[in-house]
Amino acid sequence: MTPLLSVRDLRKTYGPRVGCTDVSFDLYPGEVMGIVGESGSGKSTLLSCLAGHLDPDEGTVVYDTRDRGRVDTRSMSEPARRMLGRTDWAFVHQNPRDGLRMSVSAGGNVGERLMAVGARHYGDIRDSALDWLGRVEIEADRIDDRPRAFSGGMQQRLQIARNLVTGPRLVFMDEPTGGLDVSVQARLLDLMRGLVREMGLSAIIVTHDLAVVRLLADRLMVMKSGQVVEAGLTDQVLDDPQHAYTQLLVSSVLQV
Amino acid sequence: MTDYNFAYLDEQTKRMIRRAILKGIAIPGYQVPFAAREMPMPYGWGTGGVQVSAACLTPDDTFKVIDQGADDTTNAVSIRKFFQRTAQVATTERTREATVIQTRHRIPEEPLTEDQILVYQVPIPEPLRFLEPRETETRKMHSLEEYGLMHVKLYEDIARHGHIATSYAYPVKVEGRYVMDPSPIPKFDNPKLEMAAIQLFGAGREQRIYAIPPFTKVVSLDFEDHPFDPSKADHPCDLCGSELSYLDEVIIDDAGGRMFVCSDTDFCAGRQAEGHRGRLSPQPDAETTP
Repeated sequence: MTPLLSVRDLRKTYGPRVGCTDVSFDLYPGEVMGIVGESGSGKSTLLSCLAGHLDPDEGTVVYDTRDRGRVDTRSMSEPARRMLGRTDWAFVHQNPRDGLRMSVSAGGNVGERLMAVGARHYGDIRDSALDWLGRVEIEADRIDDRPRAFSGGMQQRLQIARNLVTGPRLVFMDEPTGGLDVSVQARLLDLMRGLVREMGLSAIIVTHDLAVVRLLADRLMVMKSGQVVEAGLTDQVLDDPQHAYTQLLVSSVLQV
Repeated sequence: MTDYNFAYLDEQTKRMIRRAILKGIAIPGYQVPFAAREMPMPYGWGTGGVQVSAACLTPDDTFKVIDQGADDTTNAVSIRKFFQRTAQVATTERTREATVIQTRHRIPEEPLTEDQILVYQVPIPEPLRFLEPRETETRKMHSLEEYGLMHVKLYEDIARHGHIATSYAYPVKVEGRYVMDPSPIPKFDNPKLEMAAIQLFGAGREQRIYAIPPFTKVVSLDFEDHPFDPSKADHPCDLCGSELSYLDEVIIDDAGGRMFVCSDTDFCAGRQAEGHRGRLSPQPDAETTP
């Protein structure tokens, strides 16, 4: 099987400071990978480099596109990369304000990606917006409300709907459950797990919450100071951590 | 008055503006940056249009200025006087006789010809401004032809009002490429953007010039199930009886009385001179009665 995304020797520095370095991995179709680590360990830098928001200094990010096969996203033209970002990829931000247009109604937010790839039929756009709001458990009568009027959990679910409406194959998530209370988190996780399985999505989830990766991720990478210190199957890494930092991370989880 | 260079601006400035105009005509709908000068009038009064007019005028030209279709409003009168004084060009109120027409918010009702230039005063040249506040991003969107966001605005209109409620500055796509703000003309005028005359757009504060060459394809954006509708008030003109011209609604008393008149004063006066009458036209009999 060809990997959907192959990353080799990725390195990004901010002047003398290292963002992330020597990162290599393969992500296969339908696989969910978690990236955990403490704040400042380079998780978000890595995710931004993968999603093309930041240009890495070294290394390759090869993506298996639908039409042209395996292409290094760094050497793609900008229109092609932005097109990929609107269609085949999705990016869920930690703060829904970064991923939503707050002054546009929920329906418009979901419809934007459809209109960006050429949908010009209002009725069809509205139907798929309604369909997607239903799939993320937002009532149909909220379609014309602005995201401002939504709770944090609803905003996050709306952001997911907006991203998944074009049927992407790869989803990048940056702390998708950060800032939500535990019961809302549980509901969101449940929803995401359902959508990922149902649509056969591949996903890369950055988080510092081990419970999130335990629930969603098949594989896990642990990062510290910009480097991957341990990688493997999620259960294996969490149940039998080898690296000292991973052991610390696992033992730091609060028990109720 | 010999203290001014012809048409106020110095020759180097006019040359710079003409280069921007030529580039704008070469790339229809593309906003060309130019070094707008301070003009002896405030921003918002047509500084962009005045600079474009100054660069286009020759001593043989006949100049006309309209503001919301009218020749007799403050803005139109002061700009007309400005060029009378600094360029000594002939001026006119008749659309047919003018070679250069500077306009604010309207296209004349009478079809323009190949021999005419229409200069628009533009307050905000960027059609995506209120959707995407970052200028760096909107420029990128123009260059990569990413115009999905423009339809989000129209989607919001329909979701909120049941129809596309944008009635002026209605976005258009020029020659299948650039999305352009046709300056705040009513959408009634949008179909007239495909015309024989050269159309030049000048935005002074924003320092942009753009253009539509003659007979260029200009399409108003819409949805398949909500097509573009160039609507106007559903009345005939109360002075000349025209049912085809764009109308202003004028409140005439404090008891709910109102009248609709052509916003294009030259068109209306021309029709009245030809003997057309509207609902509130003075009656020939009444005038003779003491």
